[in-house]
Amino acid sequence: MSPTNIFAPVSTPAESIFGLSKFVLATTAAIFVVVFTLFVYVVIRFRNKSRDDRREPAQVYGSTQVELAWTVIPVLIVIALFLASVRVIASIQNTVRPAGALEVIVTGHQYWWEYRYPALTIVTANELHVPVSDPTHPMPTFLTLLSADTDHSFWVPRLGGKTDLIPNHPNQMWIEPHETGLFLGQCAQYCGTQHAKMLLRVYVDTREEFDRWVHQQQQPAQNGTLPGQRIFESTACVNCHTISGTAATGKFGPDLTHLMGRQTIAAGAAANTHEKLRLWIKNPDAIKPGSKMPAMGLIDRDLDAITAYLETLR
Amino acid sequence: MSTNTIVLSEAPARPLPLRLHEWVTTVDHKRLGILYVLYALVFLLIGGVEAAIMRVQLIRPHNDFVPPEVFNRMFTMHGTTMIFFVVMPMVFGFGNYLVPLMIGARDMAFPRLNAFSFWMTALGGLFLYFSFLGGDGLYGAGSAPDVGWFAYAPLTSKTFSVGHSTDFWTLSLLSSGIGSIGTAINLIATIVSMRCPGMTLGKMPLLVWLNLVMANLVILAVSPLTAAQLMLLVDRYLGGHFFDTQAGGSAVIWMHFFWIFGHPEVYVLALPAFAFASEIIPVFSRKAIFGYPVMVLATIAIGFIGMSVWAHHMFTIGMSAGANTFFVLSTMAIAVPTGIKIFNWLATMWGGKIRYATPMLFCAAFLFQFLIAGLTGVTLAVAPFNWQLGNSYYVVAHFHYVIVGGIVFPIFAAFYYWYPKVTGKMCDEALGKLHFLLFFIGFHLTFDFMHIPGILGMPRRIYTYEPGRGWDIWNLIVSVGVAFQAAGILVFAGNLISSYFRGKIAGNDPWDAWTLEWSTSSPPAAYNFAVIPTVRSRRPLWDLKHPEDPDWRYE
Repeated sequence: MSPTNIFAPVSTPAESIFGLSKFVLATTAAIFVVVFTLFVYVVIRFRNKSRDDRREPAQVYGSTQVELAWTVIPVLIVIALFLASVRVIASIQNTVRPAGALEVIVTGHQYWWEYRYPALTIVTANELHVPVSDPTHPMPTFLTLLSADTDHSFWVPRLGGKTDLIPNHPNQMWIEPHETGLFLGQCAQYCGTQHAKMLLRVYVDTREEFDRWVHQQQQPAQNGTLPGQRIFESTACVNCHTISGTAATGKFGPDLTHLMGRQTIAAGAAANTHEKLRLWIKNPDAIKPGSKMPAMGLIDRDLDAITAYLETLR
Repeated sequence: MSTNTIVLSEAPARPLPLRLHEWVTTVDHKRLGILYVLYALVFLLIGGVEAAIMRVQLIRPHNDFVPPEVFNRMFTMHGTTMIFFVVMPMVFGFGNYLVPLMIGARDMAFPRLNAFSFWMTALGGLFLYFSFLGGDGLYGAGSAPDVGWFAYAPLTSKTFSVGHSTDFWTLSLLSSGIGSIGTAINLIATIVSMRCPGMTLGKMPLLVWLNLVMANLVILAVSPLTAAQLMLLVDRYLGGHFFDTQAGGSAVIWMHFFWIFGHPEVYVLALPAFAFASEIIPVFSRKAIFGYPVMVLATIAIGFIGMSVWAHHMFTIGMSAGANTFFVLSTMAIAVPTGIKIFNWLATMWGGKIRYATPMLFCAAFLFQFLIAGLTGVTLAVAPFNWQLGNSYYVVAHFHYVIVGGIVFPIFAAFYYWYPKVTGKMCDEALGKLHFLLFFIGFHLTFDFMHIPGILGMPRRIYTYEPGRGWDIWNLIVSVGVAFQAAGILVFAGNLISSYFRGKIAGNDPWDAWTLEWSTSSPPAAYNFAVIPTVRSRRPLWDLKHPEDPDWRYE
């Protein structure tokens, strides 16, 4: 089945939306069946059977009782649907952040995701790690949504509904996953040329896995002696990328400090393999035409050195 | 005016340049109506080709039929074209042609404003398509707008949209907006002040009522859109900061400007389509419209409520719970008057003797398709459900169900119904039914199945998608449907042309109908009516045909 099916929720807001949508779909389906049956009956029963019959049928101009009935009944249905919606709106939007909740600041960029964990002093990109929330130790994740450029939208269907990331207009949303695993999604507000490959990957980890991941992310990168590091630091790479503990402190592109801890590159557009990484550095348009990363025009020796250096960033 | 026409009809065929000159300088509401419709038909073909390009690209995952920037231009141009340069001019064309004839008038209230409005709209279309050549100005290669048809800020700012493609988009909407407002003023003035003797407001054909409400909506809705275009131009060229988020401007205010236009716009397009159905269903069911006063009230209610629902397009932008609640209620409320209309059309058919000529086939399909479109609309009105479905292919399927299934189908019905009046020839029935069949199959293949990838998490406006998400098969079916729709459109275009030359002579009243346009010749003379008619009921021709049982006894 589809990994992005909205009807396979594993997180509180997505589950309450699913519950509401079952009620809404059942109601609208019932209305459809009733009216469609009526329609089919009318269309067949009252067709003109004989071409020669030119007599006009009885002229009826209206009926107050009947019209009142098909005004009042829809009004009642609308009220029921409205009240059901209000309950879920309140349950999702009016939730106060509990003290133990994880906080993540999500910043949308053309065409990648930046994640900051302010309490844990972690900065990472494109692959979001959150802990699973079990009934005995609930641990929801609260996301603050910002944008560095145009509008984006954070949508991981099995975890929750979407919320837009709008520049100059901070938004909030929360998820509370009950299952571990990888959950997929993608940007859902058109943001420019590569909107299609601004993919979302959310890893829901067990509490132990998450703590290990946090510990690993908090380490600075090793300041080694690889030739690739010198080349990296002496080209325009450092204008956009940060590798903590080194001279690279750029802010426009993803933080690469723990690049090898990620399974994908280019916001999920390619697997994080040696070949793909080298191709991405050589010519980003080969993987994601229109991406904001320029091809640096490196000679093969430098390309290999930088690739080798990035592959040490664990 | 009448002497002029007599000279024209008796004179030998005049040279082509002179005849074309007459069309370019015309202020006759019928000729302007025809111009609007022909113009819309040309853009229908162009917009259709753009849709087909997108569907070929999406036929399988990671397809590379077109690069991303071309795909992005295609969905922007397709949306802008279909809304502003196909459906709007189409309904304005029919309104222009029919309203004066149905109220027994000889022209619109302001014939020259009418011509001005048409040419402003035409200029808008030219601006939009000139961008393919001039989008990047002096830099050479052209580039059409790629900001999406609702052009959210700040993607339209100089920072993110360099070159001139966004300028052409905004100028295009600015100029067609002025044209639309002109036509709306004209329709209102005509309907309010030019009805023939005896035609009180309560005796107007429903088509005229719906056009009156539509015209009011145009003034209320298109004005903010037109203003927003000016603001965007100020931002781009005069250092304004309305939508410039990097200088403290607001992206959200553009959304409000756009959707306070964008949602009433749906009713601007839908009300004239309802108007066609409200004329055609009674004639082919051989019964008076059921519940005329309630139909009028429901229309007015749609007009008012329709102005207060716009932010249901913005449920995902992080509005407060209170605002979300309000827009859920107002949006659901509009289902009530719309439902009344569906029930009243069904009640009109109830007990009738329905003749399934091509216009009625399209109206029958419209009825249940519009029912489905309305019900998926209710699901989207539920804000939490919308947080999942919003901006997905489910929404794309929903609004195409509204616009194609609920608006284009009645427009096709209107073509077949009034073609004899406009050209004097009958449209070929066999080709009409073939058109219906092909388009009906194509529509349902495409738009029924398009709901499913949305439910499976596929967002709109992506030029390609990842395999393994369960979207492949649905996208394939959706794309196959396009071939059927395209075939249907070709049959339709062929029918319009061949029937013009070879169609049977229609006569004044081929459908045995009841409104005033069928009392004059086909096509009507430039002055419409030799003698201004006097009416006593909503169906003046019924009264003439049934002197023993006239409507005015019951109304």
